[in-house]
Amino acid sequence: MTHMPNSTRRGFLGMIAAGGALAVTPAHAMTAGEASAAIRRAVDEVLGIISSGRPPAQMYAAFAGVFQRHADVDAIARSALGPAARQMDAASFARFRDAMTGYIARKYGRRFQEFLGSRIEVGTARPLKSFWAVESTAYLNGRSPMQVEWHISDKTGQPRFFNLIIEGVNMLASEREEITAMLARRKGDMAALIADLQQAG
Amino acid sequence: MRLVPVVLVLGLAGCAAAPPGEIADPYEPMNRRVHAFNKALDANLVRPASRMVKGDGASGPRPPGQPPGVLQMVGNFGSNLSLPGKVVNSLLQGRPEPAVRNTFRFAVNTTLGLGGLFDPAGSDFALPEIDTDFGETLHVWGVPSGAYLELPLLGPSTERDLAGKIVDFALIDPLDNVLTDDQKLAGTAARVVSKAGERAQFGSTVDSVLHESADSYAQTRLLYTQHRRYELKQEEDAIDPYAE
Repeated sequence: MTHMPNSTRRGFLGMIAAGGALAVTPAHAMTAGEASAAIRRAVDEVLGIISSGRPPAQMYAAFAGVFQRHADVDAIARSALGPAARQMDAASFARFRDAMTGYIARKYGRRFQEFLGSRIEVGTARPLKSFWAVESTAYLNGRSPMQVEWHISDKTGQPRFFNLIIEGVNMLASEREEITAMLARRKGDMAALIADLQQAG
Repeated sequence: MRLVPVVLVLGLAGCAAAPPGEIADPYEPMNRRVHAFNKALDANLVRPASRMVKGDGASGPRPPGQPPGVLQMVGNFGSNLSLPGKVVNSLLQGRPEPAVRNTFRFAVNTTLGLGGLFDPAGSDFALPEIDTDFGETLHVWGVPSGAYLELPLLGPSTERDLAGKIVDFALIDPLDNVLTDDQKLAGTAARVVSKAGERAQFGSTVDSVLHESADSYAQTRLLYTQHRRYELKQEEDAIDPYAE
Protein backbone atom coordinates (compact mmCIF):
# COMPACT_ATOMS: atom_id res chain seq x y z
CA MET A 1 0.00 0.00 0.00
CA THR A 2 2.73 2.46 0.87
CA HIS A 3 5.34 1.51 -1.68
CA MET A 4 6.80 4.16 -3.91
CA PRO A 5 5.75 4.56 -7.53
CA ASN A 6 7.97 2.38 -9.69
CA SER A 7 9.70 5.15 -11.54
CA THR A 8 10.63 6.89 -8.30
CA ARG A 9 12.24 3.72 -7.08
CA ARG A 10 14.02 3.24 -10.38
CA GLY A 11 15.25 6.83 -10.25
CA PHE A 12 16.51 6.30 -6.72
CA LEU A 13 18.42 3.14 -7.65
CA GLY A 14 19.81 4.93 -10.67
CA MET A 15 21.22 7.64 -8.49
CA ILE A 16 22.88 5.14 -6.16
CA ALA A 17 24.36 3.37 -9.15
CA ALA A 18 25.74 6.64 -10.38
CA GLY A 19 27.32 7.04 -6.96
CA GLY A 20 25.63 10.38 -7.02
CA ALA A 21 23.89 13.12 -5.25
CA LEU A 22 21.64 11.48 -2.68
CA ALA A 23 20.91 14.89 -1.26
CA VAL A 24 18.67 15.55 -4.29
CA THR A 25 16.12 12.86 -3.31
CA PRO A 26 13.07 14.32 -1.60
CA ALA A 27 13.12 13.93 2.17
CA HIS A 28 9.63 12.45 2.06
CA ALA A 29 7.79 11.05 -0.96
CA MET A 30 4.00 11.10 -0.97
CA THR A 31 2.38 7.81 0.08
CA ALA A 32 -0.77 6.25 -1.40
CA GLY A 33 -2.71 7.25 1.71
CA GLU A 34 -1.57 10.85 1.43
CA ALA A 35 -2.53 10.96 -2.25
CA SER A 36 -6.06 9.72 -1.48
CA ALA A 37 -6.40 12.10 1.46
CA ALA A 38 -5.41 15.10 -0.68
CA ILE A 39 -8.04 14.20 -3.30
CA ARG A 40 -10.64 13.69 -0.57
CA ARG A 41 -9.96 17.22 0.72
CA ALA A 42 -10.34 18.72 -2.77
CA VAL A 43 -13.56 16.76 -3.42
CA ASP A 44 -15.04 17.81 -0.08
CA GLU A 45 -14.31 21.45 -0.85
CA VAL A 46 -15.93 21.18 -4.30
CA LEU A 47 -19.06 19.47 -2.91
CA GLY A 48 -19.23 22.11 -0.18
CA ILE A 49 -19.24 24.89 -2.79
CA ILE A 50 -21.91 23.16 -4.90
CA SER A 51 -24.25 22.70 -1.96
CA SER A 52 -23.72 26.26 -0.68
CA GLY A 53 -26.23 27.52 -3.27
CA ARG A 54 -24.23 30.69 -3.92
CA PRO A 55 -24.76 32.65 -7.16
CA PRO A 56 -22.75 31.28 -10.13
CA ALA A 57 -20.13 34.08 -10.23
CA GLN A 58 -19.22 33.50 -6.56
CA MET A 59 -19.20 29.75 -7.10
CA TYR A 60 -16.77 30.02 -10.00
CA ALA A 61 -14.47 32.22 -7.92
CA ALA A 62 -14.59 29.59 -5.16
CA PHE A 63 -13.82 26.81 -7.66
CA ALA A 64 -10.85 28.81 -8.94
CA GLY A 65 -9.62 28.95 -5.32
CA VAL A 66 -9.91 25.16 -4.93
CA PHE A 67 -8.09 24.76 -8.22
CA GLN A 68 -5.25 27.04 -7.11
CA ARG A 69 -4.90 25.31 -3.73
CA HIS A 70 -5.18 21.69 -4.83
CA ALA A 71 -4.13 21.53 -8.50
CA ASP A 72 -0.75 21.99 -10.15
CA VAL A 73 -2.01 24.85 -12.32
CA ASP A 74 1.43 25.36 -13.86
CA ALA A 75 1.73 21.77 -15.08
CA ILE A 76 -1.86 21.78 -16.38
CA ALA A 77 -1.36 25.02 -18.30
CA ARG A 78 1.99 23.92 -19.73
CA SER A 79 0.66 20.52 -20.78
CA ALA A 80 -2.53 21.96 -22.31
CA LEU A 81 -0.53 24.47 -24.35
CA GLY A 82 1.93 21.83 -25.59
CA PRO A 83 5.09 22.82 -27.50
CA ALA A 84 4.00 26.50 -27.72
CA ALA A 85 4.62 26.79 -23.93
CA ARG A 86 8.35 26.32 -24.43
CA GLN A 87 8.69 29.38 -26.64
CA MET A 88 6.96 31.71 -24.17
CA ASP A 89 8.59 34.12 -21.75
CA ALA A 90 7.68 33.75 -18.07
CA ALA A 91 5.39 36.78 -17.96
CA SER A 92 3.17 35.74 -20.88
CA PHE A 93 3.07 32.16 -19.61
CA ALA A 94 1.84 33.47 -16.25
CA ARG A 95 -0.88 35.48 -18.04
CA PHE A 96 -1.92 32.38 -19.99
CA ARG A 97 -1.94 30.26 -16.81
CA ASP A 98 -4.13 32.75 -14.93
CA ALA A 99 -6.57 33.03 -17.85
CA MET A 100 -6.70 29.24 -18.03
CA THR A 101 -7.43 28.98 -14.29
CA GLY A 102 -10.54 31.14 -14.64
CA TYR A 103 -11.59 29.29 -17.79
CA ILE A 104 -11.32 25.86 -16.10
CA ALA A 105 -13.16 27.09 -13.01
CA ARG A 106 -16.09 28.38 -15.10
CA LYS A 107 -16.23 25.50 -17.57
CA TYR A 108 -15.99 22.65 -15.07
CA GLY A 109 -17.78 24.60 -12.35
CA ARG A 110 -20.87 24.73 -14.55
CA ARG A 111 -20.73 20.97 -15.06
CA PHE A 112 -20.08 20.32 -11.36
CA GLN A 113 -23.57 21.66 -10.69
CA GLU A 114 -24.88 18.40 -12.14
CA PHE A 115 -23.32 16.81 -9.06
CA LEU A 116 -25.71 18.64 -6.71
CA GLY A 117 -26.95 16.23 -4.06
CA SER A 118 -24.52 13.51 -5.07
CA ARG A 119 -21.96 11.60 -3.06
CA ILE A 120 -18.39 11.02 -4.17
CA GLU A 121 -16.43 8.17 -2.62
CA VAL A 122 -12.66 8.47 -2.87
CA GLY A 123 -10.91 5.12 -3.07
CA THR A 124 -7.33 3.93 -3.08
CA ALA A 125 -4.30 5.15 -5.01
CA ARG A 126 -2.11 3.14 -7.37
CA PRO A 127 1.27 4.17 -8.74
CA LEU A 128 1.25 5.26 -12.39
CA LYS A 129 4.34 6.53 -14.22
CA SER A 130 5.87 9.20 -11.92
CA PHE A 131 2.65 9.89 -9.97
CA TRP A 132 -0.40 8.38 -8.25
CA ALA A 133 -3.83 7.61 -9.73
CA VAL A 134 -6.62 7.91 -7.17
CA GLU A 135 -9.94 6.21 -7.91
CA SER A 136 -13.26 7.76 -7.01
CA THR A 137 -16.91 6.99 -7.70
CA ALA A 138 -19.60 9.65 -8.07
CA TYR A 139 -23.07 8.50 -7.07
CA LEU A 140 -25.60 10.74 -8.77
CA ASN A 141 -29.32 10.56 -8.12
CA GLY A 142 -31.15 8.40 -10.63
CA ARG A 143 -28.04 7.62 -12.71
CA SER A 144 -25.53 4.84 -12.77
CA PRO A 145 -22.38 5.65 -10.76
CA MET A 146 -19.55 7.41 -12.59
CA GLN A 147 -15.88 6.51 -12.30
CA VAL A 148 -13.61 9.49 -11.85
CA GLU A 149 -9.84 8.96 -11.66
CA TRP A 150 -7.53 11.70 -10.33
CA HIS A 151 -3.84 11.99 -11.22
CA ILE A 152 -1.82 13.56 -8.45
CA SER A 153 1.87 14.31 -7.94
CA ASP A 154 4.04 15.93 -5.27
CA LYS A 155 6.61 17.24 -7.73
CA THR A 156 5.81 20.80 -6.59
CA GLY A 157 6.58 19.80 -2.98
CA GLN A 158 2.86 19.61 -2.20
CA PRO A 159 0.29 17.00 -3.24
CA ARG A 160 -1.34 18.58 -6.31
CA PHE A 161 -3.64 16.96 -8.87
CA PHE A 162 -3.06 17.72 -12.53
CA ASN A 163 -5.60 15.59 -14.41
CA LEU A 164 -8.93 13.88 -14.00
CA ILE A 165 -10.41 11.12 -16.11
CA ILE A 166 -14.19 10.85 -16.09
CA GLU A 167 -15.43 7.52 -17.47
CA GLY A 168 -12.33 7.32 -19.64
CA VAL A 169 -12.47 10.94 -20.82
CA ASN A 170 -9.16 12.65 -20.09
CA MET A 171 -9.48 16.32 -19.10
CA LEU A 172 -5.91 17.24 -20.02
CA ALA A 173 -6.15 15.57 -23.45
CA SER A 174 -9.46 17.31 -24.08
CA GLU A 175 -8.10 20.73 -23.07
CA ARG A 176 -4.98 20.15 -25.16
CA GLU A 177 -7.21 19.65 -28.19
CA GLU A 178 -9.36 22.66 -27.29
CA ILE A 179 -6.48 25.06 -26.65
CA THR A 180 -4.79 23.94 -29.89
CA ALA A 181 -8.03 24.67 -31.79
CA MET A 182 -8.44 28.07 -30.07
CA LEU A 183 -4.85 29.01 -30.90
CA ALA A 184 -5.26 27.86 -34.52
CA ARG A 185 -8.42 29.99 -34.82
CA ARG A 186 -6.28 33.00 -33.79
CA LYS A 187 -3.49 31.93 -36.18
CA GLY A 188 -1.05 31.44 -33.31
CA ASP A 189 -1.58 34.86 -31.70
CA MET A 190 -1.01 34.20 -27.99
CA ALA A 191 -2.41 37.54 -26.76
CA ALA A 192 -5.65 36.87 -28.66
CA LEU A 193 -5.82 33.35 -27.20
CA ILE A 194 -5.46 34.74 -23.68
CA ALA A 195 -8.21 37.29 -24.35
CA ASP A 196 -10.47 34.50 -25.68
CA LEU A 197 -9.77 32.33 -22.61
CA GLN A 198 -10.80 35.17 -20.32
CA GLN A 199 -14.21 35.10 -21.98
CA ALA A 200 -14.62 31.35 -22.57
CA GLY A 201 -15.79 28.56 -20.29
CA MET B 1 -16.99 -19.41 -32.14
CA ARG B 2 -14.30 -17.28 -33.74
CA LEU B 3 -15.17 -18.75 -37.14
CA VAL B 4 -18.76 -17.57 -37.23
CA PRO B 5 -18.27 -13.98 -38.41
CA VAL B 6 -15.65 -14.76 -41.03
CA VAL B 7 -17.47 -12.82 -43.71
CA LEU B 8 -17.86 -9.76 -41.51
CA VAL B 9 -14.28 -9.82 -40.37
CA LEU B 10 -13.07 -10.14 -43.94
CA GLY B 11 -15.27 -7.22 -44.84
CA LEU B 12 -13.58 -5.14 -42.17
CA ALA B 13 -10.08 -6.36 -42.86
CA GLY B 14 -9.44 -3.33 -45.02
CA CYS B 15 -10.08 -1.00 -42.08
CA ALA B 16 -7.64 1.86 -41.64
CA ALA B 17 -5.10 1.42 -38.88
CA ALA B 18 -3.75 4.34 -36.85
CA PRO B 19 -0.55 4.62 -34.83
CA PRO B 20 -1.24 3.91 -31.15
CA GLY B 21 -2.90 6.81 -29.34
CA GLU B 22 -4.06 8.44 -32.56
CA ILE B 23 -7.40 8.31 -34.26
CA ALA B 24 -7.53 7.15 -37.87
CA ASP B 25 -9.79 9.64 -39.61
CA PRO B 26 -9.31 9.31 -43.39
CA TYR B 27 -12.93 10.42 -43.98
CA GLU B 28 -12.51 13.66 -42.03
CA PRO B 29 -13.88 16.00 -44.76
CA MET B 30 -17.07 13.92 -45.09
CA ASN B 31 -17.29 13.43 -41.32
CA ARG B 32 -17.07 17.18 -40.77
CA ARG B 33 -19.99 17.78 -43.15
CA VAL B 34 -22.08 15.21 -41.26
CA HIS B 35 -21.01 16.83 -37.99
CA ALA B 36 -22.24 20.24 -39.18
CA PHE B 37 -25.57 18.62 -40.04
CA ASN B 38 -25.84 16.87 -36.65
CA LYS B 39 -24.92 20.07 -34.82
CA ALA B 40 -27.56 22.10 -36.67
CA LEU B 41 -30.10 19.37 -35.94
CA ASP B 42 -29.24 19.50 -32.26
CA ALA B 43 -29.47 23.29 -32.10
CA ASN B 44 -32.77 23.50 -33.99
CA LEU B 45 -34.61 20.36 -32.89
CA VAL B 46 -33.05 18.15 -30.26
CA ARG B 47 -31.97 20.82 -27.79
CA PRO B 48 -35.34 22.65 -27.79
CA ALA B 49 -37.18 19.30 -27.51
CA SER B 50 -35.03 18.09 -24.64
CA ARG B 51 -35.57 21.41 -22.83
CA MET B 52 -39.32 20.83 -23.10
CA VAL B 53 -38.86 17.33 -21.74
CA LYS B 54 -36.82 18.70 -18.89
CA GLY B 55 -39.60 21.18 -18.12
CA ASP B 56 -41.88 18.45 -16.74
CA GLY B 57 -39.37 17.65 -14.03
CA ALA B 58 -38.73 14.17 -15.38
CA SER B 59 -34.99 14.58 -15.46
CA GLY B 60 -32.34 16.06 -13.25
CA PRO B 61 -31.66 14.84 -9.74
CA ARG B 62 -34.56 12.84 -8.36
CA PRO B 63 -34.83 12.40 -4.59
CA PRO B 64 -34.31 8.71 -3.83
CA GLY B 65 -37.47 6.84 -2.94
CA GLN B 66 -39.71 8.89 -5.20
CA PRO B 67 -41.49 7.18 -8.08
CA PRO B 68 -39.88 7.63 -11.52
CA GLY B 69 -41.32 10.19 -13.92
CA VAL B 70 -42.95 9.32 -17.23
CA LEU B 71 -39.74 9.89 -19.16
CA GLN B 72 -37.82 7.59 -16.84
CA MET B 73 -40.47 4.89 -17.34
CA VAL B 74 -40.31 5.21 -21.12
CA GLY B 75 -36.53 4.96 -20.91
CA ASN B 76 -36.79 1.90 -18.65
CA PHE B 77 -39.18 0.24 -21.10
CA GLY B 78 -36.85 0.84 -24.05
CA SER B 79 -33.71 -0.35 -22.31
CA ASN B 80 -35.48 -3.45 -20.96
CA LEU B 81 -36.26 -4.49 -24.54
CA SER B 82 -32.59 -4.13 -25.44
CA LEU B 83 -31.47 -6.66 -22.81
CA PRO B 84 -31.96 -9.92 -24.77
CA GLY B 85 -29.67 -8.60 -27.53
CA LYS B 86 -27.04 -7.77 -24.89
CA VAL B 87 -27.33 -11.31 -23.48
CA VAL B 88 -26.65 -12.75 -26.94
CA ASN B 89 -23.63 -10.47 -27.35
CA SER B 90 -22.17 -11.41 -23.96
CA LEU B 91 -22.49 -15.08 -24.92
CA LEU B 92 -20.83 -14.43 -28.29
CA GLN B 93 -18.00 -12.75 -26.36
CA GLY B 94 -17.60 -15.85 -24.19
CA ARG B 95 -18.69 -13.90 -21.08
CA PRO B 96 -21.38 -15.93 -19.32
CA GLU B 97 -21.55 -13.81 -16.15
CA PRO B 98 -22.94 -10.59 -17.67
CA ALA B 99 -25.24 -12.76 -19.81
CA VAL B 100 -26.69 -14.43 -16.70
CA ARG B 101 -27.04 -11.12 -14.82
CA ASN B 102 -28.79 -9.38 -17.73
CA THR B 103 -31.07 -12.41 -18.14
CA PHE B 104 -32.13 -12.18 -14.48
CA ARG B 105 -32.51 -8.42 -14.88
CA PHE B 106 -34.80 -8.92 -17.88
CA ALA B 107 -36.87 -11.56 -16.04
CA VAL B 108 -37.31 -9.40 -12.91
CA ASN B 109 -38.12 -6.15 -14.72
CA THR B 110 -40.47 -7.76 -17.25
CA THR B 111 -42.53 -9.37 -14.45
CA LEU B 112 -42.19 -7.36 -11.22
CA GLY B 113 -41.32 -4.23 -13.20
CA LEU B 114 -44.61 -4.43 -15.15
CA GLY B 115 -43.22 -5.06 -18.63
CA GLY B 116 -40.07 -3.07 -17.98
CA LEU B 117 -41.64 0.27 -16.97
CA PHE B 118 -40.02 0.05 -13.55
CA ASP B 119 -36.55 -1.07 -12.55
CA PRO B 120 -36.83 -3.21 -9.41
CA ALA B 121 -33.85 -5.28 -10.63
CA GLY B 122 -31.60 -2.24 -10.35
CA SER B 123 -33.06 -0.73 -7.19
CA ASP B 124 -33.83 -3.85 -5.11
CA PHE B 125 -31.81 -6.73 -6.55
CA ALA B 126 -28.46 -5.03 -7.32
CA LEU B 127 -28.72 -6.04 -10.96
CA PRO B 128 -27.81 -2.92 -12.94
CA GLU B 129 -27.74 -3.14 -16.71
CA ILE B 130 -24.42 -4.35 -18.09
CA ASP B 131 -24.05 -2.55 -21.37
CA THR B 132 -22.60 -4.24 -24.42
CA ASP B 133 -23.16 -4.44 -28.18
CA PHE B 134 -21.98 -6.27 -31.27
CA GLY B 135 -19.25 -3.67 -31.80
CA GLU B 136 -17.76 -4.92 -28.52
CA THR B 137 -18.23 -8.52 -29.66
CA LEU B 138 -16.20 -7.71 -32.79
CA HIS B 139 -13.55 -6.11 -30.56
CA VAL B 140 -13.37 -9.28 -28.43
CA TRP B 141 -12.96 -11.29 -31.62
CA GLY B 142 -9.94 -9.16 -32.50
CA VAL B 143 -11.42 -6.79 -35.10
CA PRO B 144 -9.67 -3.37 -34.95
CA SER B 145 -11.82 -0.25 -34.63
CA GLY B 146 -11.12 0.95 -38.17
CA ALA B 147 -11.62 4.52 -39.28
CA TYR B 148 -13.55 7.09 -37.28
CA LEU B 149 -17.02 7.91 -38.61
CA GLU B 150 -19.62 10.49 -37.71
CA LEU B 151 -23.03 9.16 -38.70
CA PRO B 152 -26.07 11.30 -39.48
CA LEU B 153 -28.45 11.34 -36.45
CA LEU B 154 -26.54 8.55 -34.68
CA GLY B 155 -23.37 10.58 -34.05
CA PRO B 156 -19.80 9.43 -33.54
CA SER B 157 -18.82 5.85 -34.39
CA THR B 158 -16.17 3.78 -36.12
CA GLU B 159 -16.25 1.34 -39.02
CA ARG B 160 -16.31 -1.53 -36.53
CA ASP B 161 -19.03 0.01 -34.37
CA LEU B 162 -21.17 0.82 -37.41
CA ALA B 163 -20.97 -2.84 -38.50
CA GLY B 164 -21.90 -3.72 -34.91
CA LYS B 165 -24.92 -1.42 -34.94
CA ILE B 166 -26.20 -2.96 -38.18
CA VAL B 167 -25.86 -6.47 -36.79
CA ASP B 168 -27.47 -5.49 -33.47
CA PHE B 169 -30.37 -3.83 -35.25
CA ALA B 170 -31.00 -6.37 -37.98
CA LEU B 171 -29.75 -9.76 -36.87
CA ILE B 172 -29.35 -10.65 -33.25
CA ASP B 173 -32.31 -9.29 -31.34
CA PRO B 174 -34.01 -12.46 -30.09
CA LEU B 175 -37.21 -10.48 -29.50
CA ASP B 176 -37.59 -10.02 -33.26
CA ASN B 177 -39.35 -13.37 -33.50
CA VAL B 178 -41.52 -12.82 -30.44
CA LEU B 179 -42.88 -9.30 -30.72
CA THR B 180 -45.51 -7.93 -33.09
CA ASP B 181 -44.67 -5.05 -35.42
CA ASP B 182 -46.55 -2.61 -33.17
CA GLN B 183 -44.63 -3.74 -30.12
CA LYS B 184 -41.32 -3.35 -31.97
CA LEU B 185 -42.33 0.15 -33.05
CA ALA B 186 -43.17 1.03 -29.43
CA GLY B 187 -39.78 -0.28 -28.36
CA THR B 188 -37.95 1.78 -30.97
CA ALA B 189 -39.95 4.88 -30.07
CA ALA B 190 -39.15 4.34 -26.40
CA ARG B 191 -35.44 4.17 -27.19
CA VAL B 192 -35.62 7.43 -29.18
CA VAL B 193 -37.46 9.17 -26.33
CA SER B 194 -34.94 7.91 -23.80
CA LYS B 195 -32.16 9.35 -25.98
CA ALA B 196 -33.89 12.74 -25.75
CA GLY B 197 -33.99 12.21 -21.99
CA GLU B 198 -30.25 11.61 -21.92
CA ARG B 199 -29.75 14.77 -23.96
CA ALA B 200 -31.72 16.68 -21.30
CA GLN B 201 -29.88 15.03 -18.43
CA PHE B 202 -26.40 15.74 -19.77
CA GLY B 203 -27.53 19.03 -21.30
CA SER B 204 -24.80 21.35 -20.11
CA THR B 205 -22.06 18.87 -21.00
CA VAL B 206 -23.43 18.32 -24.50
CA ASP B 207 -23.89 22.08 -24.97
CA SER B 208 -20.35 22.69 -23.85
CA VAL B 209 -18.87 20.16 -26.28
CA LEU B 210 -21.15 20.79 -29.24
CA HIS B 211 -21.88 24.50 -29.10
CA GLU B 212 -19.11 26.10 -27.04
CA SER B 213 -15.84 24.44 -28.04
CA ALA B 214 -13.50 25.93 -30.62
CA ASP B 215 -13.54 22.76 -32.73
CA SER B 216 -16.57 20.72 -31.73
CA TYR B 217 -15.80 18.06 -34.33
CA ALA B 218 -12.37 17.35 -32.84
CA GLN B 219 -13.77 17.40 -29.29
CA THR B 220 -16.57 14.98 -30.17
CA ARG B 221 -14.11 12.66 -31.89
CA LEU B 222 -11.75 12.67 -28.91
CA LEU B 223 -14.48 12.20 -26.30
CA TYR B 224 -16.13 9.36 -28.21
CA THR B 225 -12.85 7.56 -28.86
CA GLN B 226 -11.66 7.83 -25.27
CA HIS B 227 -14.97 6.79 -23.77
CA ARG B 228 -15.34 3.88 -26.17
CA ARG B 229 -11.84 2.63 -25.38
CA TYR B 230 -12.77 2.88 -21.69
CA GLU B 231 -15.96 0.87 -22.24
CA LEU B 232 -13.94 -1.81 -24.03
CA LYS B 233 -11.40 -1.76 -21.17
CA GLN B 234 -8.51 -0.88 -23.48
CA GLU B 235 -5.39 0.57 -21.91
CA GLU B 236 -5.03 4.31 -22.39
CA ASP B 237 -1.62 5.95 -22.21
CA ALA B 238 -1.52 8.35 -19.24
CA ILE B 239 -0.21 11.89 -19.70
CA ASP B 240 2.78 12.60 -17.45
CA PRO B 241 3.50 16.36 -17.53
CA TYR B 242 6.52 15.80 -15.25
CA ALA B 243 8.29 13.42 -17.61
CA GLU B 244 9.01 16.05 -20.28
